[in-house]
Amino acid sequence: MNAIGPSPPIDDIDRRIIIATQAGLPLCERPYAALAEAVGLPATLVMQRLQRMLEARVIRRIGAVPNHYRLGYTANGMSVWDVDDDAITELGPAVGALDFVSHCYRRPRQLPLWPYNLFAMVHGRSRCEVTEKVAVIAAILGSQCRRHEVLYSTRILKKTGLRLTE
Amino acid sequence: MDSSPIDLRLLNDYQRNFPLTARPFAAIADELGTSEAEVIERFAALRAEGKLARIGPVIRPHAVGASTLAAMAVPPDEVEAIATLIAARAEVNHCYEREHPVNLWFVVTAADETAVNAVLTAIELHTGRKVIDLPLLAAYHIDLGFPL
Repeated sequence: MNAIGPSPPIDDIDRRIIIATQAGLPLCERPYAALAEAVGLPATLVMQRLQRMLEARVIRRIGAVPNHYRLGYTANGMSVWDVDDDAITELGPAVGALDFVSHCYRRPRQLPLWPYNLFAMVHGRSRCEVTEKVAVIAAILGSQCRRHEVLYSTRILKKTGLRLTE
Repeated sequence: MDSSPIDLRLLNDYQRNFPLTARPFAAIADELGTSEAEVIERFAALRAEGKLARIGPVIRPHAVGASTLAAMAVPPDEVEAIATLIAARAEVNHCYEREHPVNLWFVVTAADETAVNAVLTAIELHTGRKVIDLPLLAAYHIDLGFPL
């Protein structure tokens, strides 16, 4: 779990590297050298910076980002929960630790439009599979949760890596 | 998933710890007992099939710039026009339609909080509809990838 506090310091070189990677590393023998050339920096510097950002947790991971939908995980359920504010700091991490939860965040309620403060993304090959997984979350939250819903996606209108405009 | 065993390993085993070395695909090839050319070719094929979105760093939310999750309750006959308007903005990197009265969901990312708020305000002005702002307060999941 990581509380959202101040960001670790990154400079303009780090920003340039991050922005250049968000469309994906080139699929060639020396992808970091190709990336370095694209941003006009030495390859060794680019690799050092990536390593430093990994250690500082600015970068969570470097790896393959699968498209779950195209791999058969066609049921994408955003489960949303109205959890007691006193209990959420303890229960949130327990939900986030479930291996089938791909994202788990606390967000503010926006009453009366939006009563839920805990979001857990659950992927499955079918809605039935998602429903079973949501039941596991419900059991963990127990009576500390007043109500919940699962919002299934019906269309992906846009999905790209992080983009930053200067 | 109905892919070959090597495809599954490439997608599943390298969601993190993709080698940060001069020739990462050669390092993966050594681990899987195949050739560098084969690894690059399979990743390229997976990307062409849409099973691989990209290979690269996944950035911690708010580590660079600011972002928020935003949502709108849009009547069915306005969904298409409003979704098109939202998705066209460079600051929007995810946009989903979901089965719920609050049916349009999107992530806005910009240099700082002021810039994020300006995007939300602009969308409200252009659509005449309320945007629900749901910024992240705490993350309860260390994103290490998703077991396939």
